[in-house]
Amino acid sequence: MFEVRIHGRGGQGVVTAAEMLSLAAFDEGRYAQAFPSFGSERMGAPVVAFCRIDDHEIRTREPVMEPDALIVQDPTLLHQVDVFGGCRPEGFILINSARSFDELGLSDFVVEFRHERLLTVPASELAREHTGRAVANTALLGGFAALTGTVSLDTVVRAIHERFAGAVAEGNVAAARAAHAWVLDEMRELSGATPA
Amino acid sequence: MPRQLEGSRAVAEAVALCRPEVICAYPISPQTHIVENLSQLVKTGELSPCEFVSVESEFAAMSASIGASATGVRAYTATASQGLLYMTEALYNASGLGLPIVMTLANRAIGAPINIWNDHSDSMSQRDSGWIQLYAETNQEALDLHIQAFRLAEELSTPVMVCMDGFILTHAVERVEMPTQVQVDAFLPAFQPRQVLDPDEPITIGAMVGPEAFMEVKYLAHAKQMQALESIPLIAAEFEGAFGRDSGGLVRAYRTEDAETIVVALGSVLGTLKDTVDELRDEGVSVGVLGIASFRPFPLDAVRDALAGAQRVVVLEKALAVGIGGIVSMDVHAALAGIHRTGGTQPHAYTVIAGLGGRPITKASLHALLIDAAAERLQELTFLDLDHELVDREVARMSAARASGPHAENMLRDLGAVAAGPV
Repeated sequence: MFEVRIHGRGGQGVVTAAEMLSLAAFDEGRYAQAFPSFGSERMGAPVVAFCRIDDHEIRTREPVMEPDALIVQDPTLLHQVDVFGGCRPEGFILINSARSFDELGLSDFVVEFRHERLLTVPASELAREHTGRAVANTALLGGFAALTGTVSLDTVVRAIHERFAGAVAEGNVAAARAAHAWVLDEMRELSGATPA
Repeated sequence: MPRQLEGSRAVAEAVALCRPEVICAYPISPQTHIVENLSQLVKTGELSPCEFVSVESEFAAMSASIGASATGVRAYTATASQGLLYMTEALYNASGLGLPIVMTLANRAIGAPINIWNDHSDSMSQRDSGWIQLYAETNQEALDLHIQAFRLAEELSTPVMVCMDGFILTHAVERVEMPTQVQVDAFLPAFQPRQVLDPDEPITIGAMVGPEAFMEVKYLAHAKQMQALESIPLIAAEFEGAFGRDSGGLVRAYRTEDAETIVVALGSVLGTLKDTVDELRDEGVSVGVLGIASFRPFPLDAVRDALAGAQRVVVLEKALAVGIGGIVSMDVHAALAGIHRTGGTQPHAYTVIAGLGGRPITKASLHALLIDAAAERLQELTFLDLDHELVDREVARMSAARASGPHAENMLRDLGAVAAGPV
């Protein structure tokens, strides 16, 4: 079982992101369970959404407490909410930011982590460029596919098309592709810089 | 072909396949997505003929459903929490009149304090309303139960409530198999009402009944639910034959055959419990789970048979009867008492209140709980993951000052919740 937790704020499409991730996994013939942890369902309030992916039926209904991968869609939550709760050193972390983990003040926290699994991606900027809106959820899914390999970019694209139509879908697909390419580049750079 | 759908969408599509002709509903979280989806299906003509009546309250939703059902059409509604309480008087009318309305209940806590999250306080509060109550473990079972519910309701002329955990199921996106219209039409024949309000042949429904026959009418309602104890497994078996899925029934046992400890529960927590039982079995702890799929009627015999071999029973409840503790526990006790009468050894039953107001019920907590149960360390009544320190602080405030203020606000302030400061 692969468990993902996504942190963001109401209105940023966090719940939709978890749903699309589950659609992508389902499209690959796997079982997936996406569900939100709603607060008061208002714009701007911290929101958490979860997605579990497995090769057989998923029975548990508890929230994801020890995620294999964490997506932080809104970096202003980093020092407000315990977004890293239950994260383990072998886990993946993807943060929506143009700044590095160092610049975000997180280097002490992640010292034990596998650094090739930690990335920031300027998803809001990529989303604004391709959709005209800074809604970073689909770009982050593209980046997530590149970082973890849990789902492919193709199925993420199909999931976006299932959820959206027309120009909105096309813009979001472009944002997801751009973030996917951006993360792959970053990973190549990281692996080149790491001594064998 | 399987589809990946939100639970609310899956239920809305399943209800539409049952061809209701009138849907009267008032939106309330976490039921909203179900009726939103149905109103769209009516608007686009995908569900036709059907009239979607947006009403001004839940009292009106049930009253209009009663009117619709009495004219001989298939009627459906959905609600949750305070909405169910608001329609209470009409609930008793629907069952008392024997009208086969089907209603989804997206289980949610009851305030005060106001809380939108899941527990079973709402449906349990209407335990004695005369409605059949079925509980879904998964979204697949929720959609399957709706198809069975119309069949059951109309066969017996009695209303059926399908209970599914709010948010945990209604808002979960997961894999479901959606039947075809042809399949559902074959399983669910056209509604043939026992009583019809028709201007051309006027009759009265809802007469005042005095002491001469009131008990007899009520007795018949009970007799119908006893009849449901036979109909529910038959309908589930026929459903399995037609759709290939084992859904519904009276009780659902998992690894109970040789279990020393059996947990009894209802709804979506059964999935988490099954995973926990597998973990514990791997550790050599002898545990199993019994899911109660039909809470009303309560299947005394099936529960007794399933629990007869256990040394102890843990009833895990998502509702609290203030002043006594368990609600499901009382019925389980009644089932267990029968074992004693037949010369068997009656297992001891413990009550555990869990998950109130959306408190997550985690595998870790269930694991520890069941280890304690196996070691005979459980209290008669346990509140799972209760924050005793938070309670103690409020109790101390009450002892220290008469004007100690409101509990909820005081406790939220203790927890540092933003909106709880003095204004």
